[in-house]
Amino acid sequence: MAPAIEMSRGAVRLGGRTIWSDVDVSVGEGEFVAILGPNGAGKSTLLNVLLGLTELAGGSASVLGGPVGAHNEQIGYLPQRRVFDSATRVRGVDLVRLGLDGRRWGVPLPLPARFSASSRAARHRVWQAIGQVGAEAYADRPIGECSGGEQQRLLIAQALVRGPRMLILDEPLDGLDLPNQAAVAALVQRICRAEGVTVLLVAHDVNPLLPYLDRVLYLAGGRAAMGTPEQVIRSETLSELYGAPIEVLHTSDGRLAVVGQPEAPHQHGPRHVLP
Amino acid sequence: MTPHLTVDLFSDVEQLLAYRFMVNALEAASVVAVMAAVVGWFMVLRRETFAGHTLSMMSFPGAAAAALAGLPLAAGYFAFCGAGAVMIAGAAQGGGAARQAERSAVIGAVGAGSLALGYLLLSLYGGVLESLESLLFGSILGVTSGEVEMLALVAVAVLAFLAVAGRPLFFASVDGPLARASRVPVRALSVAFLLVLGLAVAATVQITGVLLVFALLVAPAGIARELTSRIGVSLLLSVVVGLLIAWVGLGLSYFTNYSPGFFATTAAMVLFTLARAARSLPERRGRREAPVPEASL
Repeated sequence: MAPAIEMSRGAVRLGGRTIWSDVDVSVGEGEFVAILGPNGAGKSTLLNVLLGLTELAGGSASVLGGPVGAHNEQIGYLPQRRVFDSATRVRGVDLVRLGLDGRRWGVPLPLPARFSASSRAARHRVWQAIGQVGAEAYADRPIGECSGGEQQRLLIAQALVRGPRMLILDEPLDGLDLPNQAAVAALVQRICRAEGVTVLLVAHDVNPLLPYLDRVLYLAGGRAAMGTPEQVIRSETLSELYGAPIEVLHTSDGRLAVVGQPEAPHQHGPRHVLP
Repeated sequence: MTPHLTVDLFSDVEQLLAYRFMVNALEAASVVAVMAAVVGWFMVLRRETFAGHTLSMMSFPGAAAAALAGLPLAAGYFAFCGAGAVMIAGAAQGGGAARQAERSAVIGAVGAGSLALGYLLLSLYGGVLESLESLLFGSILGVTSGEVEMLALVAVAVLAFLAVAGRPLFFASVDGPLARASRVPVRALSVAFLLVLGLAVAATVQITGVLLVFALLVAPAGIARELTSRIGVSLLLSVVVGLLIAWVGLGLSYFTNYSPGFFATTAAMVLFTLARAARSLPERRGRREAPVPEASL
């Protein structure tokens, strides 16, 4: 398998503080990888590095066979959860369309829309992406009136609309209830398998993803460990990573619970802890 | 000839256009209504109504300063609204609630400061600024042909900016984080929009006055967004409503001798109330429940 992401001995410093260093990442094309770790471990920072938005302080990285940032048009990105309140009077379909051509200057002329082939193609592509996430029923409604799960599906359609080779999703399950977490995780896996899209997904809780993902990248204590969930989410590996005793418990229904993790000083709001 | 309103629309329009000053007023109001409706649409979308209102207040010290310096009032409008836009743009930007609170505090301070400065300049000016009332409530009936041309020029500039930057501006307005990641110059667009808003407000204020900017800048977009969430339809509706408000205001004022600002704002309020009522009706009748996702626990 050709590597979609290759990073060796990567290090990031922000504001004089080393976020992580000596991080090796290797993701094959078509793989579904979850990025895990406590708050403030630098998960979103890693995504920013791969998108070329944050520079590495050390080491090297390549994405889709080129330097970081070179192939961003082939990457569908979903930033950390954005909530559209009920006052947002923008239809889901228009939001998805922004993923396609939102950064182009000028405005699409409304009149020749039905006569122009490129405009028809754009509309077709938008509805195709909406179909991929199964959001046809509510894509025409204002996004503010959609539920959290519906909004997240539309945002995934927005990330998919340019037919990317890679999806980078920052906490797409955050703020969703458990059934929706499972449904979105299954949806992402379906897209990954059906389209051969490489998926990097940042998550706070691995459990909803366990049935679907290939490998995990665990960031903690300024370092990283990568492998299958069984290889990485173990007491020994995590204890070494954190530099503190960590215990991984297996519940009877196959869920994992990480116990004893020291919470890093976090930059985000309060979150639910691992169940 | 004393104008009187009849049931014959044709004769009414004929009476309206009988005087040059009325033709000028209608032209100026139409130009400003179209521009304000489009700019206002983006302003409401970006939730910058407070900034727009504050910019309109900047025209009060602007006019007083221009009078003090012996310059045309319009020069004061444009200079002070532009300066206000720069000040507001310099305030904290960004999405967070704390940032927004900080920003609205800055905007509030700018607004209060502008009122104080206006009164100071006014008392320095000594005499009564003969047009204080028209400054606050508009002076549409005294518009000259030259002013109409100037307003048209401003409108063309403002609309040209929005035609070029409209789509990325819309992107940055509704989905800042992704727009930023897609290399849309979000910050630059935000500053540029405030400057354009300042320009549009300075022009609108000459028609509506400081206090009635709502009628042409906020109400059309507010009404349109109540009725539709389709981008193109909403923009078009906003322009149509803006023109309607401007024409109704001028027409009724002509036949009754009361201020056009009063009628325009009343028309705007009535339409706004009706639109909100119209939207809440179908919602209450048939609020659809969100479909349950394919669940697997």
